[in-house]
Amino acid sequence: MMARRWLERLLPFRRLSAQGVMGMNRRNIAYISRYNPRRLYPLVDDKLKTKRLALSHGVTTPELLGIVEHQYEVVRVARLVSGLKNFCIKPAKGSGGKGILVVSRVDEGTFYRSNGQELALRDLERHVSNILAGLFSLSGAPDVAVIEALIEADEALLDYSYEGVPDVRVIVFRGFPVMAMMRLSCAASHGKANLHQGAVGVGIDIAGGGAVRAVQRDKPIRVHPDTGKDLLSLQVPQWQTLLELACACADMSGLGYLGVDLVLDRRRGPMLLELNARPGLTIQLANGAGLLPRLRLIERMEQVEQLSIAQRIAYVREHFAPAVLIDTAQIFSAA
Amino acid sequence: MRSHRTPVYLLVIVLLVAGTLLTWYRHAMFDVPWLPGEKRQIWSVEAQVDFVAFGKPVKASLAIPDSQPGFKRIGEHTASPGYGLAFVEHPSGRRAEWSIREAHGPQTLYYQVEMLVDPETREPRMETAPRLRPVHHDGPRATVANLILERARERSADPYTLARELIHEFNQQNQSASLLTQDKPRGAWLVDLLHMAGVPAREVQALNLEDGRRRQVPVSLLQVFDGENYQLLDMRSGRVVQRHDQLLWEYYSAPLLDVIGGRNSRAHFSMIEQEVPVNRMLEEGTFPTAQNLLDFSIHSLPLSEQALFKGILLIPVGVLIVSLLRILVGVRTSGTFMPVLIAIAFIQTSLLTGLAGFILIVGAGLMIRSYLSRLNLLLVARISAVIISVIVMIAVFSVLSFQLGLTEGLKITFFPMVILAWTIERMSILWEEEGPKEVLTQGGGSLLVALLAYVAMSNDVVRHLTFNFLGLQFVIMALVLLIGNYTGYRLLELRRFQPMIGERT
Repeated sequence: MMARRWLERLLPFRRLSAQGVMGMNRRNIAYISRYNPRRLYPLVDDKLKTKRLALSHGVTTPELLGIVEHQYEVVRVARLVSGLKNFCIKPAKGSGGKGILVVSRVDEGTFYRSNGQELALRDLERHVSNILAGLFSLSGAPDVAVIEALIEADEALLDYSYEGVPDVRVIVFRGFPVMAMMRLSCAASHGKANLHQGAVGVGIDIAGGGAVRAVQRDKPIRVHPDTGKDLLSLQVPQWQTLLELACACADMSGLGYLGVDLVLDRRRGPMLLELNARPGLTIQLANGAGLLPRLRLIERMEQVEQLSIAQRIAYVREHFAPAVLIDTAQIFSAA
Repeated sequence: MRSHRTPVYLLVIVLLVAGTLLTWYRHAMFDVPWLPGEKRQIWSVEAQVDFVAFGKPVKASLAIPDSQPGFKRIGEHTASPGYGLAFVEHPSGRRAEWSIREAHGPQTLYYQVEMLVDPETREPRMETAPRLRPVHHDGPRATVANLILERARERSADPYTLARELIHEFNQQNQSASLLTQDKPRGAWLVDLLHMAGVPAREVQALNLEDGRRRQVPVSLLQVFDGENYQLLDMRSGRVVQRHDQLLWEYYSAPLLDVIGGRNSRAHFSMIEQEVPVNRMLEEGTFPTAQNLLDFSIHSLPLSEQALFKGILLIPVGVLIVSLLRILVGVRTSGTFMPVLIAIAFIQTSLLTGLAGFILIVGAGLMIRSYLSRLNLLLVARISAVIISVIVMIAVFSVLSFQLGLTEGLKITFFPMVILAWTIERMSILWEEEGPKEVLTQGGGSLLVALLAYVAMSNDVVRHLTFNFLGLQFVIMALVLLIGNYTGYRLLELRRFQPMIGERT
């Protein structure tokens, strides 16, 4: 008896599962491999294919400025980027934000990255040829370099991010948006919005679009480490539109369990950044809630295909409001 | 949800049952013990004779060993389709003689002998000194031979030290010694000189016994007698060779292999160590050979393949450990099964040498790679350059350590170089993108997994079980399938989701 209690304290697996936290193994077996048909992976693993798919469904994506497909075309990089004030170079099949080079300013032939690092044209060409050789792609397969226009972050979000554009990650399961977070780049993440590189993750109330809590490197934080802004004051603008867009993107991809990454552009509004067939688990930490209770609720539903996007969002708003908000609502009603 | 998983569990059960039954069958029917140690050690040595026949009658004669001090011959067989065979007792030792009327093209003949390790065995013929024979040389050679013998005699006290000093004379590369070796090989001269000095001696062909070695050639040793006793000396270094790890293959100064009617003939040897239960050996006087399909054992293969399998059958154990650590614990490694390959290298190099070598090569490789990245090269060319530098580094380390007298350092060549080069490339990308901390995490994770795999794979019990019970492979397979079904948390996820545990209970 003592030994069992001692073991439980040492390895509190029970308390994790009581919170409904989903682990890596369960995600891989019970959700990704069950709900995501392998043949659909290329659609999301290749950003060019995602872009084409989005185009045919009328979903906005960042503007495509050029593609470099072969090594001999690398010299074209100079022509493709001439006259641009800013742009970014991405591998079409990159994963986890690897190989994304953001040039935020161009000055007399010198390219400045968002963190101020200076690059020459030669460095850009080397980066492109690394991409083509498959350095950043999932299995080292030959890849294609994509040059895209930079996104200009919505003004409401400017203060929450440092050196980069914040994006919204929505986990969509069987067409239902189940959990969301905002990813804010900071100095530690070198302007990238990838959590494992040190970006801040802010859990977003799926019902109202307000911040719930925030984490950096899996630890809770309260203010943005660079801008000092109170993270809990974050309210995502156009939340309803973003949710609708996330559902539409999930529907067009055909995947049952995916992460939809959206951005809010100052001029062009909500757009699709990329789709992810293997979304990470840190979103649970950012929200202070496990994914499993929500996933199980939706897993039990039948004939979800017949529900419209509006119906699904309504269902989610009703069932997945975070506990914290309910608490404040009670406080208000008591007052 | 249940129905999804049923086939997997069925397969697991089938594998478990089949594996356990096969294992039990091997244990019960063939008396293979569960643990190593409660048995006798047997060396199986296989000689493979290759030659090219040109359509004429062929006679091949191979010297074969007999019981000798420390080893008792308990069985021998041959494989030579179409050939007539006889074991002949010559005054110049035992020989296996194959014959055929007509043969074309490449021919392969096998001879296999089982030697039981037995310190009690004596062999009078082998232990008696050869009769001293008169040696006559004339002209300048006689003078030189006398000179060398005189010099060595002055510096020696007994037959053994005389033999050692003679070898030193030959090693000194002076004119007199090289004059002699123009005429006859060193071994023949050493025997002659010792006989001139009244010391019985002969040249013998011996095999260095090392488990799992393939394509060995025998080494020539000098057997020097001092009355009742003798010692074996290495003819190059003059050192005394330990008797218990040398199997003397030919000891009558007769040719090892003699082929009439063929050319390009050569013999090479494979050997493995086997442990056979004492009671079984007493019953049959030999060790078991495969009889039917149920006795599905590696032991029915030729020895050189058996030696190979001894290593291969350990890989599933390493793979199982990788799955355990990645799925249940959540250790991150660079390259999924790279740790298994490193562990195999560790087994060949011994642990400390392997660890030092690995860290040295990867460390130096990272430095070279960071320079290469400034040269703006294409990826494939860059990795090729890293592979070449890894090979050059290994060569330099080997030469350096040999010069410093650290023969251990030579074992660095066992590392899989292409894999190392990829590891270096991946780690340096990781360094640039995620910083040195991630490199340490993944590199350390890989090393940790490799260490654990090494501990398991080099364990005597594990080696014994995997080699003797093929059924265990099914059990390992079943375990891997079971692990593949685990949907629970990984151990390290406890730390990752720590903030979620702390909140409410």
